[in-house]
Amino acid sequence: MDCVAQVRLEHISKTFGDGADAVLAVDDVTLDIEHHEFMILLGPSGCGKSTLLRMVAGLEDPSAGDVFIADRRVNDIEPKQRDVAMVFQSYALYPHKTVAANIEFPLKVRGVGKAQRATEARAAAEVLGLEQQLKRKPGQLSGGQRQRVALARAIVRNPAVFLMDEPLSNLDAKLRGDTRAELVDLHRRLDSTFIYVTHDQIEAMTMGTRVAVLNNGRLQQVGTPQDVYDRPATAFVAQFIGTPPMNLLPPGMLGTDDVQVGIRPEHLRLVPGGQLHATVKQVEHLGHEILLVADANGAKVVARLDPSEFVPEVGDPVAFDADPGRLHRFSTTTGERVS
Amino acid sequence: MNRRLRDVPWAIAMLLPSLALVAVWTVYPLMRAIQKGHFRCDVTGKKCTDQGWSRYVDVFQSDEFQHALGVSIKLMLLTVPTGLVLGVGLAVLADKHLRGIGIFRTIFSSTIATSVAVASLVWFVLLQPQIGVLADMFSDWFPVLKNPGLLNDAGTALLAVALSSIWANLGFTFIIVTAALQSVPRDLYESAFVDGAGSMRRFTNVTIPMIAPTLLFVGVVLTTRALQTYGEIALLTGGGPNPQKPTTTIPYLIYGRNSIISTDIGTKSAAAVLLFLLSLVLALVQFRGLEKRVHYGS
Repeated sequence: MDCVAQVRLEHISKTFGDGADAVLAVDDVTLDIEHHEFMILLGPSGCGKSTLLRMVAGLEDPSAGDVFIADRRVNDIEPKQRDVAMVFQSYALYPHKTVAANIEFPLKVRGVGKAQRATEARAAAEVLGLEQQLKRKPGQLSGGQRQRVALARAIVRNPAVFLMDEPLSNLDAKLRGDTRAELVDLHRRLDSTFIYVTHDQIEAMTMGTRVAVLNNGRLQQVGTPQDVYDRPATAFVAQFIGTPPMNLLPPGMLGTDDVQVGIRPEHLRLVPGGQLHATVKQVEHLGHEILLVADANGAKVVARLDPSEFVPEVGDPVAFDADPGRLHRFSTTTGERVS
Repeated sequence: MNRRLRDVPWAIAMLLPSLALVAVWTVYPLMRAIQKGHFRCDVTGKKCTDQGWSRYVDVFQSDEFQHALGVSIKLMLLTVPTGLVLGVGLAVLADKHLRGIGIFRTIFSSTIATSVAVASLVWFVLLQPQIGVLADMFSDWFPVLKNPGLLNDAGTALLAVALSSIWANLGFTFIIVTAALQSVPRDLYESAFVDGAGSMRRFTNVTIPMIAPTLLFVGVVLTTRALQTYGEIALLTGGGPNPQKPTTTIPYLIYGRNSIISTDIGTKSAAAVLLFLLSLVLALVQFRGLEKRVHYGS
């Protein structure tokens, strides 16, 4: 398999508006996405992840930098010649067309003959289990079915790159879980690259082969989900990934001097005589685990305990300790990882 | 159930004002017109005889009504499709995020704030053979503008009235269609764009179907207005030029000062009821015929 980057973003910036109203939505992002990767663009709302995706699609022009798809610079190339297909958060189905006509639309635009269109649309519908719905209109479908129609419409074009903008966020929790697994399966079956925008870290962790975390338009870190979890590159990533998020303590705690120190809730141990002294504020019983929320000199500390452990009560003084190898140190000024 | 019963007096009290208005200004006059339509009056309008329902058939078959019906339908065919196409065209042109587009939106919608009287006067002056700007500018190509003047030629008078009418209704169409265009989700355009649809295909596959309910509504309103055109005729041509009376529409036949039936309240009522039926049938045909093809969203 060739290792040529399928999608390459080089020093991409995007500014909206001009003069005093100018907003820098994407700030100097460079990112290589390999062939057949499932790349997740993850970040809070307004971090620029959707703008970045739209620049790959050709719906926005970068203010600076270059977009390459399969080694071809596509800045000035129309979306239809980029060999990409996009799935929108709202699905963007044509309400007046049947499911079959919706799926056929990209082929019709390309001048594919009627019979071939129908055959290919049916094949795409079969991949997503929509054979029974072909004659219906989107208004008669459930949210999950509409989402599949949007996917089928993307698949039918057989594009080199799939772009997905929060495609699961309009589904209920149960359906979202099921669809996550289906998307992963779909990715495995297709020989295409997926770029997937989400603010949901569960989606990022479970689906992505790699995750690119963005904040305020800047790329914070790119890595496998496990990498990003185990070795967050910045204090932002440390706190954005993980539920409950990593504890971030001011300098001077847990034996550190001039750096912020991060420790995941599951890595804090209740030890009599531990170095981190705190008072229990809240005890949350979640069945399989217990979350202990405590106050350590004004810093909030969350620890994840096993229900079989001894559990203190609200108001109790406690002491925590942590394996030094589990500590993450971040600069107090830049937020970047120190060690 | 109990609660529903308790609400009934309140519901009636709340509905009473509008019911009263509809009763006094719509239902009663309609009933009176239907009743008066049975009568045939002499030239003085004083002596009327009841001829029953057959009077409606007589009026419908009369030369005057048939002529006016033809004029009304011609005016409708001249104004409705053109007005719709122009209104949608302008709305699509102005539906862009450009600096200063608001000025154009204001200009295009301004005719909605112009009364029929003002609009007619404007066109009367523009088309006036001696001093009219249009007559001066285009008389080399269209001599009829100078002699005898667009409004004074039996062959062009209805066209001139149609021009004024199209212009006066353009603001209405523009505003309604602009609102409809702005409610079309941008995602649909973007999705079609990524799928490779050019601007024409996006217009026919996204814009038109998405605003179809609005187009149907505007089409029905414009049709009804065309059939009811009276002010422009009264001010621009007075139903003339005579003797061909090429601009005597049904409303002008009913109300016009120069109408041949101006003193015959019975015949006028019958014609009015026939016009009402015509509008009703046309509106029903439009809704029935087109509604199946119109998508009202999910």
